Amino acid sequence: MSNIAVTNAATPSAAGQPFGARLAAGFVNRLVIIVPYLWLLFFFLIPFVIVFKISLSQTAIAMPPYTPVLDFSDGVSGFFAGFRDLNFDNYVWLTQDALYFKAYVTSLIIAAISTVLTLLVGYPIAYGMARAPATIRPTLLMLVILPFWTSFLIRVYAWIGILKPEGLLNQLLLSLHIINQPLVILNTYTAIFIGIVYSYLPFMVLPLYSSLEKMDYSLIEAAKDLGCPPTSAFWKITFPLSLPGVIAGCLLVFIPAVGEFVIPDLLGGSQTLMIGKTLWNEFFANRDWPVSSAVAVILLLLLTVPIMLFQRAQARAQEQDK
Amino acid sequence: MNATWSRFNVTSIVLGFAFLYLPIVLLIVFSFNESKLVTVWGGFSTKWYVSLFHNQGLMDATWVTARVGVISATVATVLGTLAALTLTRYTRFRGRVLFSGMVFAPLVMPEVITGLSLLLLFVAVGLDRGFLTVTLAHITLTMCFVAVVVQSRLVSFDRSLEEAAMDLGATPAKTFFQITLPVIMPAIVSGWMLAFTLSLDDLVIASFTSGPGATTLPMKIYSQVRLGVTPEINAACTILIAVVAVGVIIASIANKRREVQRQLDERAAQRG
Amino acid sequence: MKSLGSIRRDFAPWNDPSAKPYIQFDNVTKKFGDFTAVNNLSLTIFEREFFALLGASGCGKSTLLRMLAGFEEPSAGRILLDGQDLRGIPPYRRPVNMMFQSYALFPHMTVENNIAFGLKQEGMPKADIEKRVAEMLKLVKLEQFAKRKPHQLSGGQRQRVALARSVAKRPKVLLLDEPLGALDKKLREETQFELMDLQQELGLTFVVVTHDQEEAMTMADRIAIMDKGEVMQVATPAEVYEAPTSRFVAHFVGNVNMFEGKVAERTDKTTRITGTTGAQIVVENGAAAATGADIIFAIRPEKIRVSSKKPADALNALEGEVYDIAYLGDMTVYHVRLDDGQLVRASALNAARVSEDPLTWNDRAWVSFRPDAGVVLTR
Repeated sequence: MSNIAVTNAATPSAAGQPFGARLAAGFVNRLVIIVPYLWLLFFFLIPFVIVFKISLSQTAIAMPPYTPVLDFSDGVSGFFAGFRDLNFDNYVWLTQDALYFKAYVTSLIIAAISTVLTLLVGYPIAYGMARAPATIRPTLLMLVILPFWTSFLIRVYAWIGILKPEGLLNQLLLSLHIINQPLVILNTYTAIFIGIVYSYLPFMVLPLYSSLEKMDYSLIEAAKDLGCPPTSAFWKITFPLSLPGVIAGCLLVFIPAVGEFVIPDLLGGSQTLMIGKTLWNEFFANRDWPVSSAVAVILLLLLTVPIMLFQRAQARAQEQDK
Repeated sequence: MNATWSRFNVTSIVLGFAFLYLPIVLLIVFSFNESKLVTVWGGFSTKWYVSLFHNQGLMDATWVTARVGVISATVATVLGTLAALTLTRYTRFRGRVLFSGMVFAPLVMPEVITGLSLLLLFVAVGLDRGFLTVTLAHITLTMCFVAVVVQSRLVSFDRSLEEAAMDLGATPAKTFFQITLPVIMPAIVSGWMLAFTLSLDDLVIASFTSGPGATTLPMKIYSQVRLGVTPEINAACTILIAVVAVGVIIASIANKRREVQRQLDERAAQRG
Repeated sequence: MKSLGSIRRDFAPWNDPSAKPYIQFDNVTKKFGDFTAVNNLSLTIFEREFFALLGASGCGKSTLLRMLAGFEEPSAGRILLDGQDLRGIPPYRRPVNMMFQSYALFPHMTVENNIAFGLKQEGMPKADIEKRVAEMLKLVKLEQFAKRKPHQLSGGQRQRVALARSVAKRPKVLLLDEPLGALDKKLREETQFELMDLQQELGLTFVVVTHDQEEAMTMADRIAIMDKGEVMQVATPAEVYEAPTSRFVAHFVGNVNMFEGKVAERTDKTTRITGTTGAQIVVENGAAAATGADIIFAIRPEKIRVSSKKPADALNALEGEVYDIAYLGDMTVYHVRLDDGQLVRASALNAARVSEDPLTWNDRAWVSFRPDAGVVLTR
């Protein structure tokens, strides 16, 4: 009986602490969560709902240039009646016009190829950095991060002067007599690849470096000691252990590259087709908000899986750090 | 160590860094070009910098960008720090999965989507596009970056420091302001710098959310770039690079000095 | 038995029924989800006692300390300090202070600001704070390091700052979580004695958590040995070693030989035990076990004598073969395999430079011990 009494008396409660203090502490705790939560709900999540909503409306010559749908201004019944006005014309339009389909597919392919290229360029750099003497590693790390701090737009712009027909690259190659006709690189897909690899390289190198740097070099020595030649030690030990970095780096390059606008616009010219550019043009040139919203919704759906993979990788990395 | 730091490693680093820096170096070099042709060297000149300062449109855009950057970075730092605290300290509350999703997704979300969706929100709530809307948009984007930076510091934060403070009689609020905040301050400062730079750089989101009278520098540069490459833009870009690079280099040298001093102190302490 | 427990000094309130307990754990349970860290535990600690909680990691000792400090609330039961129920009192209002395993020195504050931190929270006048800080710095002999930051100190100096900071407020109880864990062996031994002197000087109650039995034995008045959230035994260091009440405690502290068996016969003074393998052992202190009961006879290696011939006067002598010898300098450890198969560990002090009865591998040997040399355990 006494046992039961003890158990009852001990239900966890913060009795003894002044009521006001407890209330304040609870309030502050909640505020820490609520303020950023509400901000992101309002400025990140709700906008997507609006994008979805507008993608189901029709273009109108007005401001804003779309017909209202699912509006509460007519009350709840009006809201439900509004479902009848929903139209999927914009989506039908997207499937009918081969241009959009091509733009999506091209974007995914360009992003995928660029990701692989970035990995191929970034891995040796990250590996070299991780194996560098510990004293110069922080400097190398800073040198990789520094371009990231300089404007993306400027870095893309810098390539125009290099790649254009009378640009620096062609001048160099012509003067060395490697070629006798200027190469056409600017306004081609090649220029886009160069631009993406160049701009996103730090995003690839950093996660690769952090997973390679953590690796214990004695593992390689152990593998060699056990009779494994260096190349095979790389593929059997180093590469598998750097996989988290590879995955994180690839996702960090791939996802934004699919929707990239600045690079195809400045380096790809009018001939190349990418979905980010298509969306921009629908919005700014054609002022067709509903169609550009539909384009965005489909793009988002395409990226849902990679984004979720990225989040899972983030969460796992966080667990490991603990 | 020499065996592992092989010729292959050195070569790949040298080539990699050449690839990263050569375009920027060329851009800077040609900003001092006498000739109007960007790619033909016509002698050294600083005339493009002079003409830059007489370009009123560019100057206005710079001023807008600086204000948007400072305000949005500051607000984003507060919100991002709160978000980081939430992510590391409150492991169990309803909607946590959604919350962490909303923090990490903007990091990789294509900017055209973020820009478009924010614009449609501002239109839906009847907010006129301009200075305020760009600032709000930049806060939303950059707070997530701040959250990630601060969170990575908080994960390695020794919680016993806070317990020690409370054990010595400091209330939770005092503990936060006297212990937690000073200790994570370097991460908060670099979060602010990151937020400021991102805001300074952004073209796409600003293009969607900005309105008349609130043209930012990247928007201005972009509209000129579309018309062709000119030494004047090179000069503008060079200044922008210089400002950021000087800031980052000073910060990292100061950091490095502190670190070296710290190591010396520690070694001295071990001896003495 | 009579002298056990009062070896160190004449301080034994736990033997005095009228003594008032200072810290009381009453049926305390702490659960983290499904995991029970502390299970229905009761414990009494007296004023000015140097009390050690000893156990392997995960035994609940740190949880117990953290509940006393207020970082965790018990799931059930209550904790009293000087008669006051501590439930619901947040850590910053408890009259106890803690020295952390990691020291938890505030990295952005100087040594003197670290020490002054708790006093400032109390709202102590500035002049008094300065006086107290100076006093503390003197106590831990760090006067010339007052203006340094923690990273400019060696491990031992950091440990002293942490100590000074936690005693600066004159807490009713000082809690020490593995206070010497981060120090190297030599420094650890010196510091053990310094801690004991400090405790005497300040007249504080110390509760120390440690996994190092030597540390607990050296410093503590009493030791609580914990396992899986329960207290296995609370006793003075000598009692814990010489009179363990369970297999677990006998095993946990020091080395021990265990003989499984049954009580064969009991007289007024002695108990005869038949080992499961047939060995016959006569012991003097098996009072608790009834005839026929399954028991364990536990005996420390240094209480066993190894000789090449059967000692004439020995009540207990078992024959076997030397299986292994380890020469450790101050003593030699013999492993003898008895003829019934049991392995016995015996240690002999090397009092003379040359042994009078040299034994080597595979020699026939006798192990012998006095009837009062071991204990009979029923659990």
